[in-house]
Amino acid sequence: MSNIPKDLKYTKSHEWLKPNSDGTVTVGITHHAQDLMGDMVFVDLPASGTKVTAGKECGVVESVKAASDVYAPVNGEVVEANSALPDSPETVNKDCYGAGWMFRMKPASPAELNGLLDAKAYEALVASEKH
Amino acid sequence: MGNKTPLYDLHVKMGAKVVDFGGWDMPLHYGSQIEEHHKVRKDCGMFDVSHMNVVDVKGERVRDFFRLLLANDVAKLKTKGKAIYSCMLNSKGGVIDDLIVYYMDDQWFRVVMNAATRDKDMAWVNSAAKEFGGIVVTPRNDLAMIAVQGPNAKEKVYQALGEALRTSAGSLKPFHAVTVGELFIATTGYTGEDGFEIILPAKAAPFTWQMLSEAGVPPIGLGARDTLRLEAGMNLYGSDMDETTTPLESGLAWTVALEPADRKFIGREVLDKQKAQGVPRQLVGLVLEGKGVLRNHQKVQCDGVGEGEITSGSFSPTLNQAVALARVPAAVKTGDRCTVDMRGKPATVRVVKYPFVRSGRSCL
Repeated sequence: MSNIPKDLKYTKSHEWLKPNSDGTVTVGITHHAQDLMGDMVFVDLPASGTKVTAGKECGVVESVKAASDVYAPVNGEVVEANSALPDSPETVNKDCYGAGWMFRMKPASPAELNGLLDAKAYEALVASEKH
Repeated sequence: MGNKTPLYDLHVKMGAKVVDFGGWDMPLHYGSQIEEHHKVRKDCGMFDVSHMNVVDVKGERVRDFFRLLLANDVAKLKTKGKAIYSCMLNSKGGVIDDLIVYYMDDQWFRVVMNAATRDKDMAWVNSAAKEFGGIVVTPRNDLAMIAVQGPNAKEKVYQALGEALRTSAGSLKPFHAVTVGELFIATTGYTGEDGFEIILPAKAAPFTWQMLSEAGVPPIGLGARDTLRLEAGMNLYGSDMDETTTPLESGLAWTVALEPADRKFIGREVLDKQKAQGVPRQLVGLVLEGKGVLRNHQKVQCDGVGEGEITSGSFSPTLNQAVALARVPAAVKTGDRCTVDMRGKPATVRVVKYPFVRSGRSCL
């Protein structure tokens, strides 16, 4: 069973997003995504200051099995990448919603978050992909 | 729903992620493929390889039959239980399958072939047997197969299945087998580590698996099996060679017996001709110098000599970097730098001799 926390927002491309109190959002990939990919061996993240476009690739994760782009969930600017991940990509498998976060960004407009999926809608998406 | 081995229920109980492999529902991993890989390199692990196709071939002239059927020469098998690895070729020298053949006695050879190629293998062997005459081919669907591999594998097998095996199986040289009761124990494998492959009655497999588990042998999925064999520089049928490639183009010249020159085997003319004219392509090892993972079918640009393709690319957990087998023009040499197109970006790879890893150690 996939682990889909209720308090997060999601994209159709399997990123999660968590709003922080300082107006930034934290982004990672979901439990379902890491489970599909298997053991992560390589993570390439956008540098701080990178301008990203919603729905466009801004990073790469590679597992033993496959490579996959990481897509920016909203427009904005990256303010911090998780510097621990490149040396321990397996953290994405072990704790995808915690220590396995990928980057923090400042959305161009907070209203963009409304266009993302909630936990229920994402759960339905995952269920539909399984059949 | 695919075919299931006698160990399927135990895989599910042990938390396996099950995937389709050549029509079989097989365990990909039981949690972490990389951790399983390290266990086999550092300690030991067991693999359910019951999907492999075990076939007994009998007849008065069974040795001559295999001297015709296989590119390697079973005349090398002089003591009972000895095995060789060989390709089975079509008339164009292309590889129908790779296999291990055991000399059981003068009228009985046992072959272990791949699972995904079962139907075409059986059609080929049956048709050759019919033409040759006096050969009886029996697929042993009543058997299962468990591989126990790793530096501590043999000790764990004695512990789990009986000290008596230490004297019977423990003294076997590599690529030999012995029958002990209902167990057929061979010193073969697909990991580059010490260990056994055990062929046994399907109904005895679950109990044996549990005995091994209780002795502390962890189950290993097909995911780690693939990275282990790649590090060990062992070919995978369908990736590194198939019916469009000859063994000479697939790093398998060592398995082709062109001597004695008067032995006629299927595919021989093409190999003789290729040898005389020069083999145009070769299989080499590649190591990625930067970060990322090499993948099957990525193009390899070799300056001045042309283009090749990765046939098996992955991440080596032991070396902590990406490695690959690739088919490239014959002029490419060890130490050369080539460029791989990695998802639209050029990446530099170094051409190396493989295996990449043997008995837990880097060969680079």
